[in-house]
Amino acid sequence: MQAMLALEDGKIFRGKGYGAKGECYGEVVFNTSITGYQEIFTDPSYAGQIVVLTNPEIGNYGTNAEDNEATRPYIEGLIVREFSRVSSNWRSQQVAEEYLEQFKIPVLADIDTRSLVRHLRDNGVMRGVISTIDFDPDKLIAKARSIPKMDGTDLAKVVTTKHPYVWEVGERSHEPIAVVGVKDEPPRFHVVAYDYGIKQNILRKLRGEGCKVTVVPAQTPAEDVLALKPDGVFLSNGPGDPEPCQYAVDNIRRLMGRQPIFGICLGHQLTGIALGGKTYKLKFGHHGGNHPVKQLGNGKIEITAHNHNFAVDPDSLPQSEVELTHMDLNDNTLEGMRHRNLPLFSVQYHPEASPGPHDSHYLFKEFTKMMEEWKG
Amino acid sequence: MPKRTDISKILIIGSGPIIIGQSAEFDYSGTQACKALKSEGFEVVLANSNPATIMTDPELADRTYIEPLTREYLEEIIRIERQLSPSAGFAVLPTVGGQTALNLAIELADGGVLEKYDVHLIGANVTAIKKAEDRLVFKDAMQRIGLDVPKSALVNNLKDGLEFAGKIGFPVIIRPSFTLGGSGGGIAYNREELMEVLARGLDFSPVHEALIEESVLGWKEFELEVMRDLADNVIIICSIENFDPMGVHTGDSITVAPSQTLSDREYQAMRDAAIQVIREIGVETGGSNIQFGIHPQTGRMVVIEMNPRVSRSSALASKATGFPIAKIAAKLAVGYTLDEIRNDITRKTPACFEPTLDYVVVKIPKWQFEKFPGADENLGPQMKSVGEVMAIGRTFKEAMMKGIRALDTGKRVGGSKIEPKILTQRLVTPHPERLAYIQYALRQGHTVKQLYKMTSIDPWFLYQLKEINDMQLELEKHPMESVPAEIVREVKRHGFSDGRLAGAWRLQGQEKVRHLRKKLGVKPVYKRVDTCAAEFESFTPYLYSTYEDEDEAAPTPKKKVIILGSGPNRIGQGIEFDYCCCHASFALRDDGYETIMINCNPETVSTDYDTSDRLYFEPLTLEDVLAVCEHESSSGAPVGVIVQFGGQTPLNLSLPLKAAGVNIIGTSPESIDLAEDRKRFNRLLEELQIPQAPGAMVASVDEAIAGASRVGYPVLVRPSYVLGGRAMVIAYDEESVVRYMKEAVEYSHDRPILIDHFLEDAIEVDVDALSDGEDVVIGGIMQHIEEAGIHSGDSSCVLPAVDIPAKLLDKMREYTFKLARALKVIGLMNIQFAIPRTNGNGNGDKVYVLEVNPRASRTVPYVSKATGVPMAKIAARLMTGRKLREFLPEFIERRADLDTGHCYYVKSPVFPWNKFPGVDTVLGPEMKSTGEVMGVADNFGQAFAKAQIAAGQKLPTKGTVFISVTDHDKPHVAEVARKFADLGFHLVATAGTADVIEREKLVVERVYKVKEGRPNVVDLIKGERVHLIINTPHGLEPWFDEQAIRRAAVNARIPTITTLAAARAAAEGIAALQRGELKVRALQKLHAERTTRTV
Ligand SMILES: Nc1ncnc2c1ncn2[C@@H]1O[C@H](COP(=O)(O)OP(=O)(O)O)[C@@H](O)[C@H]1O
Ligand SMILES: Nc1ncnc2c1ncn2[C@@H]1O[C@H](COP(=O)(O)OP(=O)(O)O)[C@@H](O)[C@H]1O
Ligand SMILES: [Mg+2]
Ligand SMILES: [Mg+2]
Repeated sequence: MQAMLALEDGKIFRGKGYGAKGECYGEVVFNTSITGYQEIFTDPSYAGQIVVLTNPEIGNYGTNAEDNEATRPYIEGLIVREFSRVSSNWRSQQVAEEYLEQFKIPVLADIDTRSLVRHLRDNGVMRGVISTIDFDPDKLIAKARSIPKMDGTDLAKVVTTKHPYVWEVGERSHEPIAVVGVKDEPPRFHVVAYDYGIKQNILRKLRGEGCKVTVVPAQTPAEDVLALKPDGVFLSNGPGDPEPCQYAVDNIRRLMGRQPIFGICLGHQLTGIALGGKTYKLKFGHHGGNHPVKQLGNGKIEITAHNHNFAVDPDSLPQSEVELTHMDLNDNTLEGMRHRNLPLFSVQYHPEASPGPHDSHYLFKEFTKMMEEWKG
Repeated sequence: MPKRTDISKILIIGSGPIIIGQSAEFDYSGTQACKALKSEGFEVVLANSNPATIMTDPELADRTYIEPLTREYLEEIIRIERQLSPSAGFAVLPTVGGQTALNLAIELADGGVLEKYDVHLIGANVTAIKKAEDRLVFKDAMQRIGLDVPKSALVNNLKDGLEFAGKIGFPVIIRPSFTLGGSGGGIAYNREELMEVLARGLDFSPVHEALIEESVLGWKEFELEVMRDLADNVIIICSIENFDPMGVHTGDSITVAPSQTLSDREYQAMRDAAIQVIREIGVETGGSNIQFGIHPQTGRMVVIEMNPRVSRSSALASKATGFPIAKIAAKLAVGYTLDEIRNDITRKTPACFEPTLDYVVVKIPKWQFEKFPGADENLGPQMKSVGEVMAIGRTFKEAMMKGIRALDTGKRVGGSKIEPKILTQRLVTPHPERLAYIQYALRQGHTVKQLYKMTSIDPWFLYQLKEINDMQLELEKHPMESVPAEIVREVKRHGFSDGRLAGAWRLQGQEKVRHLRKKLGVKPVYKRVDTCAAEFESFTPYLYSTYEDEDEAAPTPKKKVIILGSGPNRIGQGIEFDYCCCHASFALRDDGYETIMINCNPETVSTDYDTSDRLYFEPLTLEDVLAVCEHESSSGAPVGVIVQFGGQTPLNLSLPLKAAGVNIIGTSPESIDLAEDRKRFNRLLEELQIPQAPGAMVASVDEAIAGASRVGYPVLVRPSYVLGGRAMVIAYDEESVVRYMKEAVEYSHDRPILIDHFLEDAIEVDVDALSDGEDVVIGGIMQHIEEAGIHSGDSSCVLPAVDIPAKLLDKMREYTFKLARALKVIGLMNIQFAIPRTNGNGNGDKVYVLEVNPRASRTVPYVSKATGVPMAKIAARLMTGRKLREFLPEFIERRADLDTGHCYYVKSPVFPWNKFPGVDTVLGPEMKSTGEVMGVADNFGQAFAKAQIAAGQKLPTKGTVFISVTDHDKPHVAEVARKFADLGFHLVATAGTADVIEREKLVVERVYKVKEGRPNVVDLIKGERVHLIINTPHGLEPWFDEQAIRRAAVNARIPTITTLAAARAAAEGIAALQRGELKVRALQKLHAERTTRTV
C-alpha cells in the first residue's frame, strides 16, 4: 500500500503504508527512544500528534496487553523506516501492524526518517497529514495547514476519563522478569490522581509504593477531590498546551497547601502556571529516553524519559516561593521544581518512565514520604 | 568533581602482542587513553611490548617502554619512574590494556610493588577486579543483589568436576578462572568430554581453577556497555544483541547493536541489573562490559559475566555509537564526572547521556581455520576468530549484507549442492560458515520455524534473512535489460552488492551493474553517526553509506587524500597496516590535506572518528570505495587515493580503481601489478641481473613434475593467487609434488601453480626502503633468526643484522636501489632476500630475491620504532610529490641506512597454538602468527631473550635441554649443544643426534623416540624433566614423533625451538639472563641518543 506524508511547509515524503487505510492529521514530532514503541503508541500525551520514531526497526517484539499505557493507542499516526511484519518475543501477543490497524492508526514506513527528523529539528515541529488514499501533494499540504494548531488547544479534557475509578494493579506484579522477593507495598495512603491523560505506569508506580489511587476527571473541582479525603493529590501528564486549561490551574491553586501535591509533565506545567509562572513552546520538544537531568540539590545526574513540547519558564517563577530542583543538561530547560514552604513538587519529565530508564523512580518515594510527614 | 590534582604521573599498561581474544581494540583504547591523559597535562608513561601499535609512538607518551609485559619488567619500569620523580603522585591505569593489564595490575598489587613505590591504581581497584574476575566470588555477589546466575561450582580437580556435573546434568560449561577469550574453556556433553576439557581448563588457569556451570545453551545473549563516574553516575552506552545464541563466545558471534528483540520493560530490567552489578562489584570509574542470557520462552534472565575494563565489545560500542568509551573512561579515572565532559560530536551536549541510534550495526567475526589444519572448527565458549568487520546500515538487512561483503573472504555463497544430512549438521552446530548455510537452506525453501529449531537463532533475525532471500528471488525474475528502477533501488536498500546483482544476472564483473545504477539514478547517500539520532547537529563527519534520500556529507572544496584501510584483522594482515594508514593520515593532515579514511574494522585506531578529517565506515570493495571516491570528487577538488598502506586488500583494488578513473598516488598500479605478476617480474630481475631462485609456472601434474625437476629439488609449491603464504609447501621429491597437485588447491591456466627451487639453509632478510622514484633510503636490513622457509612473518628477526658480511649487505642495498628505481617506487617498498649458507656460517656470497612488495610491509612500525624515523609518514608525503631529500638528506648523501644507534632490536612472533589444541605447531612458509613483540638491548642475546620473554616463551636459565635434529642439521648440532653444556645445561637427545654430540666428547643422556619404547621424549616432557626443546623438523611431512613432542611441549608450556639458528640465539639469550641483566629503556631516550630528523 502506497502512503504519503505532507507537511504544512510543503515538504512531501512518499513511502509504504501499513496499519489502517485512510488519513490522519496532527503535529509531527519525533521520539528518539530505542525501545518502547508500544508505550509510545498508547501514551495519551501523544493525542493530536503524529510520531516519527528515530529507531529504524520498529515492531520487532510485537505488542502485548501488559505494556499498554492506556486502553488504546493515542498517536494519530506513526512514521518509521522499517516496520516489522513479524514479532518475536516471549511476551508478544499481537503483531504491531495488526494492533495499530485494529485501532485505525495509519503507518507510513520506508521513508528517510532521518531526513524528516533533521527537517523538524531545523524548522521546528509542524502540522502534517499522512494519507494512503489521496496522493495529491497540494491537497494534502492544504489539509495540513487547516489542522488546528496545538498551541492554545486544551486536549486534556478530550482524553481524560469520563468517570472516577480506583486503580488496582501494582508494578511489581507487572515486571517481565520477576524480581525475586519484592512485593507491592500494602496500601498505606490514598492518592487522588487528576487524569489529564494519565499513563498507567504512573498508577502502577503509585500502587507499587503503597498508594490506593482514585483517578478523577480533569475538570473535577478541588472540593470534590478533598471530599475524598486523600493523603495526597497527583497531577498527571497529558497532551496539548497548558495555557487554556484554566480550570485545572484554579483547582491546583485551591489544593495547594491543603494536601501534598506531586505533578508530572502537563501536571508540572499547570503547577507552574498556578504558581504564577509562564509556559512556552520548545522548538521541537523533548521526546526520548536518554535525557540527562541534573538534581540541582546534590548534583547527581539521572537519565530520564521525556515527552514534552512545552516547558515552564524558570525566570517567570517567584523564586522566593519556588525552588528549582531539576535541569536538563542538553539545553538547560527547567525539569523540576518544589515549593519552598508548601508540600508541593513537580517534574517536567517522566519518572514513571515506560518507556525509559528507571533512574527517577525515587520521586514516587519522595511523594509518599511527603504524605507521611504531612499526616504527621 | 574536577580533575584530581594529587596525581601527576600515570603509567598505562598495554595489552602486548595481538593474540586471539586481544586484538587491535586495545591499541585503540590505549591510544585514546594516552591522548586524553596527555591533553589533561599528565606525565604519561606507557608500557607495551608490541611495536606494531600506534600507542607506542613516541609522541603519544612522555616515556614509552617497549618491554616485556611481566611483573619483573614492570617493577623495573616503576622503580625507574619513581626515581625520576620521587615525590610525584604516581598512578597506574590498568583498564585499557585488556586482561593482560588487569592481571598484571593484580600481580603488582599482590607482590607489594605498588605499595613499595607508593603507586595507586586508578580506573579499577584490586578488590573490584578480583570480585569481577573470580567467577565464584562474582556469582555470590550477583546472588547477594538478587540477580540470577547459572548454577555452578568451582573445582580444582577432575573428581569434583565429574561429581558436580552429575548433579546438574550434562551438557555443562567449563570455564577456567583468570583467562581471556575463554582460553581453555569448553562444553562437555558427557563424562569423557568433561575429563578432557576440564583437564585442559585447569591447566590453562593461572590459579589452576575452573568453573563447572549449568548450560544455558541456546538462550538469547546480550551485552551492555556501562560507564560509571566517581559521583556514582551510571550510564549505558550501548546494548548489543548476539545473533548467535548462548554457547558461542561473543567474540565469535555475529552481534547487532542496538538490541533488536527486547521490549522496553525487558531492556530496562537488564539496564537496572547492569547498574546494580557495576555498583556491587565496585568499579568506581570507567567502562565495564556485562553479559546476560535470557531464556527465549520464559524470559528468565541470568548474568553471565562482567569485564571491569574496556573490552573488544566496548571498542565495538564506541564505533557503533560514536561515544569514545576508552577516552571518557580515562578522563573519569582522573576524577572528572560525566557531566563535566563534552560530547565531541554534538559539542553542546554533555557526555552524560545515553547514545541513541537511528541505524543498525552488525559485527561479523573472521576466522582462519584454513591456516590450522586439524583444528576443531566448531564454535563454542572459547573465542577462535582472528578479526572482525563492522557494517552500518539503516536496517538490519542492509547492515548484514554490507558486513558479509566487507569480510573479504572471496567465497561465493550458495554455490554447490549440499546434501540434507550435512546441511542439518551444519545448521545445528555453530560453525564459521553457518550464516552461508542458513542462506542456502532458505533458498532451498526451509522455513524460519524449521531453522529456529535447528539454530536457536532468534526468529526475527532469521526472518530478516528470509526477506533478503525473497528479495534475491524477486531480483532473479528480472533480466538486467528490463529491470525496473524501483527493483534495483529496493535491492540496494536491502544491502545487496553490485557483485550480487552481477551474479544474479550471470555477468562477469560489476561494471555493467554500476553503469545501470547510474543510468537509473540509484546511488548511495552518506549519513552521519552522531550519538543522538539527529536530535542535535553533529560536527564530526563519521559516515556510512545507505540508499536513502538525503546526503549529509557534502564534500568540501579542500584538496583531499583518501586512505584505504586494511579491513578485518587476519593473519598476515594485521595492526601493522592500520599503523601505517593512521600515520599517513596524521602526516597529510599536517600538510594541509583533508584526510579521508575508508575502513570497516571496528577494532582499529584508523576507524576512530578523530583520526582523520572524515571517516567512511565502509567495506573495502571496489563498489564501496569507488562510490566514496566519486562522492568526494564531486566537489571538483583534487583527490588522491593511497592504496599502499592497507596491505593486500587495497592493493588488489588498485588496477580496477585506476581503470575506473581514480587517481592513485604513489607507486603506480602498473608497477604494483608488475611486482605481483610472476612472468613479467622474472623478466625484470633478469634485466637487472638480480638472482632469483629458479621457478616454473605449471597448470597440470605432468608440467609440475617436469617443472620441479627443472628447477631442482627441494621445491616450494604454491598457488599463484593466494596471499600470506597460504597453501605453500616444501616438497623434497616428485611424490609429494604430485600429491600437492592432486589434492592441495584447484588450479587452472589463469590460476597456475608456482614451483620455485627451495633455497635450503639460507639466511632470510627483510629490507624496508623509502623511495621517491629517484632517491632511495633503506629503513632497515632485518636478519631473520629462522632460515628461509619459515614465513617472514613467523620468524624472529634482528635489527641491525648481526652476522651478515658487509659485502652481502651492500649487494642487498644495490639490489634494493635498482628495484626501487626500476619499479619507480614512490613511497614504501619491502624486499625479502635469501642468502644460502655455503658452509653453514653465512659465507655464501650470492643473494637471491624472494619477493618484492611495493607497499608498506608488516615490519614498517617495528623499523620506525627502532630507528626513530616515522617511515610511513615520510612515505605518505612522498606520494603527494614531496622529495626524500627534504626529510633524510644526510642519509641520501652517505647512502646510509637509517640509524639504529647502539642497541639491538629483536622482533619475535606470537602464535595462537593454545587456541587450537592438537594442531601441529611446526613453522613453514605459511604464516601462522597473530602478533609480534619487540625486545631492545645493547647486545643481541639480551634483546633476543627479552623478545622471547615478551612473546611468552620463558627461556630457562638452568635445567635440561632436549635436542633432536634432522640429518640435515646434524653437522652443526654439536656446536650448538656445546653452547648449552657450557651454560651448565644437562643434555638429552634422541639416538641419532646423541651420536653426533658424543663424537664431540659431550655428555648426553639418550632417550627413546615415541615409537621406540618408554620412557620416551614425551614422557620426559610430561614429567617436566625437560626445560627447553630444540627440535628441528624434517623437511618432509613432520614425523608423528615431532608432532607429539611439540604438542606435549605446548601443553606443558615448555619453550620449543625449531631451528638451529634460533637455538644459537637462545643460547646467547640464556647467557644474558644468567648474567641477571634486567635493563629497561624508554624509546624517547633511545631516539634522543641519535641524530635523526623528526618529521
Ligand atoms: N552457562 C553457560 N551456558 C552456555 N553458554 C555459556 C555459558 N556461560 C558462558 N557461555 C558462553 O561462553 C561465552 C564465553 O563466556 P564468558 O563468561 O563471556 O567468558 P569470556 O571471559 O571468555 O568472555 C559466552 O559469550 C557465552 O556465549
Ligand atoms: N625460493 C625460496 N627458497 C626458500 N624459502 C622461500 C623461497 N620462497 C619463499 N620462501 C619462504 O616462504 C616465505 C613466504 O614466501 P613469500 O614469497 O614471502 O610469500 P608471502 O607473499 O606470503 O610473503 C618467505 O618468507 C620465505 O621464508
Ligand atoms: Mg565474555
Ligand atoms: Mg613475504
